[in-house]
Amino acid sequence: MSDERRFVARHVAALPKSGIRDFFAIVSQMKDAVSLGIGEPDFVTPFHIREAAMAALEKGRTSYTDNRGLLALREEISRYVARHYGPEYRPDDEVLVTIGVSEALDILLRATLNPGDKVLYHEPCYVSYAPSVALCHAEAIPVRTESRDAFALDVEALRAAWQPGCKVLILNFPTNPTGGTADRAKLEAIARFAIEKDLLVASDEIYSELTFDGNHVSIASLPGMRERTVFLHGFSKAFAMTGFRIGYACGPAAVIDGMLKVHQYAIMCAPIASQEAAIEALRNGRDAMLHMRDKYRERRDFIVRRFNELGLPCHLPRGAFYAFPAIGSTGLDSMQFAQRLLADQKVAMVPGTAFGQAGAGFCRASFSTSYERIHEACERLGRFLDKVRAR
Amino acid sequence: MNPVLKLLLEGESLDTAQIGKILGLGPDAVDRELAQLRKDGILLGIRPVLNPGWEAERKVRAVIEIKVRPEGLGGFDGIAERISGFEQVESCYLMSGGYDLLVVVTADNLYKVASFVHERLARIEGVQGTSTHFYLRAYKKDGFVIGDDARNGDKPSISA
Repeated sequence: MSDERRFVARHVAALPKSGIRDFFAIVSQMKDAVSLGIGEPDFVTPFHIREAAMAALEKGRTSYTDNRGLLALREEISRYVARHYGPEYRPDDEVLVTIGVSEALDILLRATLNPGDKVLYHEPCYVSYAPSVALCHAEAIPVRTESRDAFALDVEALRAAWQPGCKVLILNFPTNPTGGTADRAKLEAIARFAIEKDLLVASDEIYSELTFDGNHVSIASLPGMRERTVFLHGFSKAFAMTGFRIGYACGPAAVIDGMLKVHQYAIMCAPIASQEAAIEALRNGRDAMLHMRDKYRERRDFIVRRFNELGLPCHLPRGAFYAFPAIGSTGLDSMQFAQRLLADQKVAMVPGTAFGQAGAGFCRASFSTSYERIHEACERLGRFLDKVRAR
Repeated sequence: MNPVLKLLLEGESLDTAQIGKILGLGPDAVDRELAQLRKDGILLGIRPVLNPGWEAERKVRAVIEIKVRPEGLGGFDGIAERISGFEQVESCYLMSGGYDLLVVVTADNLYKVASFVHERLARIEGVQGTSTHFYLRAYKKDGFVIGDDARNGDKPSISA
């Protein structure tokens, strides 16, 4: 007669199940499915970076490190961020090495939110934002972004969503799943709003190196923002290092100190071999990174053109490696579209609603895969659309 | 670089219709590009890259270093062109360093390579000496790492 669910905390039980999990179960059983659902690089980590991790292990570097991360890595991070993003952070107390941006965002929210605080974030967005806020007993407030704006965040929408009690604003440009970016003018408007409302900005810039058109601008580099922004970044996407689980946060010392408290009790430190690999990535990984970026750009151009030819309107994503076509013209909703496409043609795309209600009417297609697979997926998609439209 | 050539060099198995779709060209346009690349002497041909492990059960492959005396025999070119004429010769290069020509040969078995060396190569006027090395095992060929299936292993087919 016992129901062990009683042991699970109410706010955890109340978290919605990830919209991706059901799909994953089906696709992983399917033999000849073509997946456009993969949210990580299709490249293996460049060899010289893997080799740095191997060399560290060979030398017996298997210990804990400073809670903040190896000083050599923090110094490299500080230089890298200053060179490519603008703001300068002290390696001693303004940089914290984490288990990817996922941990960095989690401990940032835990370090800054009191129960009942409110957090603004833009949707469609990465799946963890709202749940991470809920795990802090705080309230996540979505702000819609629209396809007509190429999913850039409009400050007026932000202003309309704001309410008393808002403390943190989460930004993610380029955006997973839409590839949306924010140019300097848009960011300046958002920055003015953040200052006006005294918001702390958590800026997840994990896809920033994968900006295809124009230059990426970090909100942390704008006047008055360094002291209210935590810059979150990592190695997974730009250097194809997802499995290393390594990222970092840069921000005002007081906030980083708060994060450090959570980090030291929950995590202790990031794995040393991953930290050694990250040092190599920052020192010598730029050529490999630029090569991968060029490949993504070529594949983006192809998949977006094909989607539009097939009658699925799709904006040209300016960053990240996802296309986000509108599927409304089929008369199906996102989940129906993805389920039927998978059942009928064994092509996996992720329904836009997995990334929030603002994703309704869209699906996410990753172009982090081979030309061969993208081509095959589009051929199958064409056959599927012919069937759907013939009805 | 010519976009058709660039795509071919990436090593994916794509036919001309697929290449056309990817580059936004008609299939005829891709054929025309390929014809032009051949005409310009840039593209010599297209061959599959076979797993050397599979090949090794059927053929042996050896690399032969050759020292030559080029005077009065059409120079290096004359000797190299003559050696290149043998069907056993897969590749032939003029090299810097301790020897002059590097030749890759394939044959049905070790004895056929040996007889090619002593009955053919060694008798060519100007060939002063040879050193033959047999391939034992391949780890990487034409950019493909042999037995490298780590990429597909445990990566989730759907992830956020």
